[in-house]
Amino acid sequence: MTFELETAANPEKLRRVVIEPVSRVEGHGKVTLLLDDDNRVHQARFHIVEFRGFEKFIQGRPYTEVPVLVQRLCGICPVSHHLGATKAMDMIIGAKLTPSAEKLRRLMHFGQILQSHALHFYYLASPDLLFGFDSDVAKRNIVGVAAAFPDIARQGVALRKYGQEIIRLTAGKRVHGTGAIPGGVNKNLSREERVFLRKDIDQIVSWSQAAVELIKRIYTGNPDFHNGFGYFKSSFMSLVRDDGALDLYHGGLRARDEHGQDIFDHVDYGHYWDYVHEEVRPWSYMKFPFIRSRGREEGWYRVGPLARVVNCDFIPTPLAEAERKVFREFGGGSATQATLAYHWARMIEMLHAAEGIQELLLDNDLSGDDLVNTGTPALRGVGVIEAPRGTLIHHYRVNEDGLIVRANLIVSTTHNNQAMNEAVRQVALQYLDGQEVTEGLLNHIEVAIRAFDPCLSCATHAVGKMPLEVELVDAGGNVVSRLNKAPDGRCGV
Amino acid sequence: MSKTISIDGQSVPFEEGQTIMDAALAAGVYIPHLCHNPEFTPHGSCKLCTVKVNGRNVASCTMPAVEGQEVLNDTEELNADRLALTQMLFVEGNHLCPACEKSGNCQLQAVAYYLGMMSPHYNHFYPQREVDASHPDVILDRNRCIYCELCVRASRDADGKCVFGMSGRGIGSSLVVNSASGRLGDTNLAVTDKAVQVCPTGAILIKGKGFTVPIGRRIFDHYTIKQIQTGGGPHE
Ligand code: SF4
Ligand code: FES
Repeated sequence: MTFELETAANPEKLRRVVIEPVSRVEGHGKVTLLLDDDNRVHQARFHIVEFRGFEKFIQGRPYTEVPVLVQRLCGICPVSHHLGATKAMDMIIGAKLTPSAEKLRRLMHFGQILQSHALHFYYLASPDLLFGFDSDVAKRNIVGVAAAFPDIARQGVALRKYGQEIIRLTAGKRVHGTGAIPGGVNKNLSREERVFLRKDIDQIVSWSQAAVELIKRIYTGNPDFHNGFGYFKSSFMSLVRDDGALDLYHGGLRARDEHGQDIFDHVDYGHYWDYVHEEVRPWSYMKFPFIRSRGREEGWYRVGPLARVVNCDFIPTPLAEAERKVFREFGGGSATQATLAYHWARMIEMLHAAEGIQELLLDNDLSGDDLVNTGTPALRGVGVIEAPRGTLIHHYRVNEDGLIVRANLIVSTTHNNQAMNEAVRQVALQYLDGQEVTEGLLNHIEVAIRAFDPCLSCATHAVGKMPLEVELVDAGGNVVSRLNKAPDGRCGV
Repeated sequence: MSKTISIDGQSVPFEEGQTIMDAALAAGVYIPHLCHNPEFTPHGSCKLCTVKVNGRNVASCTMPAVEGQEVLNDTEELNADRLALTQMLFVEGNHLCPACEKSGNCQLQAVAYYLGMMSPHYNHFYPQREVDASHPDVILDRNRCIYCELCVRASRDADGKCVFGMSGRGIGSSLVVNSASGRLGDTNLAVTDKAVQVCPTGAILIKGKGFTVPIGRRIFDHYTIKQIQTGGGPHE
């Protein structure tokens, strides 16, 4: 553990390096490093710069509006917020979903996983993985990938587009649709629409297989490096189905420690606060959640693809399940706690999503007409879903009139806050300690963050993108040098 | 022989007692409007329907048609003024179309599209306005009220109730409801009242409906407001 790097003993004597915000991470991420004159790392922190109180903003709004409104939190996974909030509203109106409604929502969610994982891997991570973390920065982007590996880039684009088509047809629009409503969905999928989607799904499944092969080849081609990069161990938390299967849409909460032992299992998320608490630290806007029974120091955990693939007992689609086994067995299980293994697990999940879509498209319930249910209303609703980057908690209280009085959101990035800090510190120690700081070395830190999350905006409930600025500041706070990075990764001084 | 006026050079017949707006709508000529609804007495407050008659600006929804009038309607200048008025309506209230369930069925939004509005242009006022959800079936979100008084007229003239009224003047105006507590839930409004159906924006909504109509099946997904209001589809 590197808790000692969270706060340096004598910060006033140290040089400060600020990476702000992290490029190819959507939102306002900032990393600060405090270095002494010999470039030894004394403090490394990863924090979020901007804060916009979304929970405040929706106070006083009708609950029916929230599932559409919350999508504005995130440009990459609006559907996850849409579905997470709608699940909470199902509870508020007391509705149990009809089979058609649940399957249509699951389809929408698979579409979201597919498009987001494809974006994350191909657009944001593959440049590092294919070219090297300190390769020529001018080429280390999706345009560079398209030039050097046109087939890979083309498949990435097509996978993302297919996911967006699923979203468009289930939610009405590719971004910020309205498909899920409290108690169900507002549209089904016509037979023609299913035929249209079925046309390409076999291709999508096989390209998803190719994606798993690609990351497997990269990862296992240099196993010690990929296993060891920013390595640390932690607990994992995720939803699992009643039978222990991977389930991205619904289930009970399972947390397992770094040895694979249960901390809790099949927990009804309607009482998540009995199991997970959030700590506020003065230097970060983002909260630090922890598992109550393990306490503040020991209770942090990771969520997201790696957590899910390691936590589940099996994946309920055959191709992805076979890949899960390969992954678990690789190097005697050596990848199951590795930072970069997030990408491997992510591609296994993308394959699962593609298979899940393939299976659902054959289901006539998708074209059913029984789409909405009602029930006995309640004043509190909790919706939890496995968003592309991890467990997403939406929690609302409404008054008797149906207006929101309180909201609490715990997004994937927040769950992973401590873990991302940990990864940053490990990489700082492994690669930067005692070295002259270069763009390539700083990119190693970003690579670690991007393994978890290309998207930080939703964690502070802010929306935005900015170019990267790196500042080297001496002990007196004077800027020694400055490096600018455009969102495409290009640098200029 | 019926009497006629000319609108943008087109000869439009009218009957005695009709306004320019009445004559135009009957002839399928679209004059942008928001506070006007042919079912109710004209109000003349939004000024969107302003046309030029013999060189003077007049509200066509209140101006009687008179034999021989030369009316200019669909001109660049008038449409620019209408656009500016619409933009002002947007910034005066809190109109968050992306999160509003009326989106796609909203006349304010549809008029904005018709006039080619790309941005609000003016600085937002971000006024503090109240949401009243005390009624079991109806929600009143004053953030979206454009003070067209259609609900006032409908409640009074069609429902015989006077549930809604305006208070204050100019920028200090607000929509009030007729109960001692000032809450909608304590009025005698019924969900079936005409007043509930008539709001051109999302200020008066039926509770629990939310986004039940999918994108692609909303009125203005398929028609322009011009088509709807000149008889090309259902009148919302
Ligand atoms: S509530 Fe609707 S109908 Fe009533 S004045 Fe406001 S905008 Fe017009
Ligand atoms: S429509 Fe004539 S003034 Fe509003």
